[in-house]
Amino acid sequence: MHSTNKNDGGNPPRAESGLWAWLNRRTGLDDLLRTALDEPIPGGARLAYIFGSGLLFIFLSQVITGIFLALYYVPSADHAHTTVAYITKAVTAGSFLRSLHGYGASAMVVVLFLHLSQTYIYGSYKGSRELLWLSGCALFGLVLAMAFTGYLLPWDQRAYFATAVGTNAVSEVPWIGESMKRLMRGGTEMGTLTISRFFVAHVFFIPACIFALVASHVFLFRKAGASGPFNEDPYHPKQKPEPFYPRQVLMDLSLTALLIVGLGLLCFFVPLQLGPPANPADAQYIPRPEWYYLPIFQWLKYWHGSAAIVGVLVIPALVAIAVVALPFLDRGVERRPWKRPAAMGAYAFVVFTLVGLGLRSQYLDRHDPGVAQQLTKQKTDEDEYARKPFEPELSSASLAAENVTLADPLAAKGKTIFETQSCNACHGDGGVGTAAAPPLVGIRTKLSADQVAELFKHPTSKMSAGGMSPVDLPPDDLKALIAYVESLQ
Amino acid sequence: MLEPAGENTAGQPSVPRSSFEGRRSFLGALLGLGSCFVGALLSVPLIRFALFPLLRRTTELKNSPLGDLDAFSSLTEPVLRTIQIEQVDGWRKAVSEKAVYVTKDGQGHPLVLSSICPHLGCTVPWSKEKNQFTCPCHGATFAADGTRISGPSLRGMDSLETSVENGQLLVRFQYFRQLVSDKEVIG
Repeated sequence: MHSTNKNDGGNPPRAESGLWAWLNRRTGLDDLLRTALDEPIPGGARLAYIFGSGLLFIFLSQVITGIFLALYYVPSADHAHTTVAYITKAVTAGSFLRSLHGYGASAMVVVLFLHLSQTYIYGSYKGSRELLWLSGCALFGLVLAMAFTGYLLPWDQRAYFATAVGTNAVSEVPWIGESMKRLMRGGTEMGTLTISRFFVAHVFFIPACIFALVASHVFLFRKAGASGPFNEDPYHPKQKPEPFYPRQVLMDLSLTALLIVGLGLLCFFVPLQLGPPANPADAQYIPRPEWYYLPIFQWLKYWHGSAAIVGVLVIPALVAIAVVALPFLDRGVERRPWKRPAAMGAYAFVVFTLVGLGLRSQYLDRHDPGVAQQLTKQKTDEDEYARKPFEPELSSASLAAENVTLADPLAAKGKTIFETQSCNACHGDGGVGTAAAPPLVGIRTKLSADQVAELFKHPTSKMSAGGMSPVDLPPDDLKALIAYVESLQ
Repeated sequence: MLEPAGENTAGQPSVPRSSFEGRRSFLGALLGLGSCFVGALLSVPLIRFALFPLLRRTTELKNSPLGDLDAFSSLTEPVLRTIQIEQVDGWRKAVSEKAVYVTKDGQGHPLVLSSICPHLGCTVPWSKEKNQFTCPCHGATFAADGTRISGPSLRGMDSLETSVENGQLLVRFQYFRQLVSDKEVIG
């Protein structure tokens, strides 16, 4: 059946009936499926190879949960926190979906680390796989950028201060650091433009890059072929191949199932918390990044002043170059880890350094009484905020209306007249205008009080045609009404 | 990615295609079904999340206080009171002010009327001289207890639900459909 749409021998396509056959003739779906599922894996299916598709699954889950969260989220300093609180506290399944998205980010970093480790330890970057490795490195950076940009969006204390520190760290880069920080923040300070930038990066820009790179990563993977176990030749695999389907598919699905169950239970029983709204004036707050950024956070603490350039730029740049250039530097065909002591040593060194830095950061926090006390307080504040019911935000229109009432007693009296005389029936509550009559807001800039009084007594023909009758009120009431109309802005 | 498996440039031996048939297609159907089932299960929270505004009242009105009940016992004519009503719209709320009249019904019990004309929605002022409500827009008139006297309105002024709590008269503001002869709540 797979050859029905091939017309190479000059034979007309075999006329099969049915919807599937028709779809297949038009699309070649069957061949596509076979190509996907019959991918040969030298040496057979193994659990070690499951992380790539695990990543793909989490990415898909992040895309779907992200789209749904955008149903309620508003990216602005005024509303971001309220809308996330609404999602967490009011919307059905909102806390669960937000947790799935937040913990999904952590899960993605974990599975990404496992995928990278497997590739490195198995020497799978060898044998014409330079571009595959490079696209993987770019994806690694993009996933970390997604985690960084997404972290700010709830705009709670934790998010605000972590990002303030994160963007400050960028400014330590010599020469261009300060400009980069301003570019990321959309100004010198963190504010609503920062949210807009992070939102656009998180929702449009970076995901688009990830989609493109995932496609090229998978394409390059299929082009080079699966590398198989570490005793396999990276260029010319000799071991008996096994197709991707069914055994490898089942193994991959077992990780997916594990992720679904694990994340599902975690999100259900320990939902992600939302702290109190960001308060930039809080000088006491001690910022701490998400766990996967702790090693970098701790690392940056050691480099200050003139040495900063070494710690912030030189060493990270060297590590990044070494990682990116790995398949160009390491050209040998040997893949067995125990025959690659230098590569394994470097891996162990980097992993131990990262874990060590992360643990050191935690240790220091716990053993500094001042810091430990403040961090406990911050946690208590978060718990307390989490228990409070959702409080809707007062819309700015109603705030303006209240301000008028408070500011000027004459205008306040005029407001009552405006409503009892049915002015609002046509001109709208607060004089915002309706289909029947124009808005009165800002009329002060066009007409003086005397002109308004004159129009009240003698409406223009256009006004009369629209249904406006002369205002017949005692002088005091008329004065109050004019004061109110002039106060509208 | 789409090249035939047998022509792989990396030189892997190809997998015979015939192995695809039979037992594997049964497993395929099973996996397809399983995936559909898990997918359906996972979409439950997504659907509930998206349908939230449809399953819950997005606009909620609370009872607004009008003042001490005793203060209204000696009313001789309808008095205007401005109440603040809080309308919740998703994650935000709008506080707006509405004018209502406190008056008395035939038995002398406090009665609260909406000031919105049941004809076309203008605010109806109380006319002390004529001792009746007169709508400035189209001239509908109503008695002190809100019953219709004359004019284009098809019913009397709309009374609002009241309650008493700790000696305070409370009112629940509602909007009613205009241009119909029966009172019909719209929000």
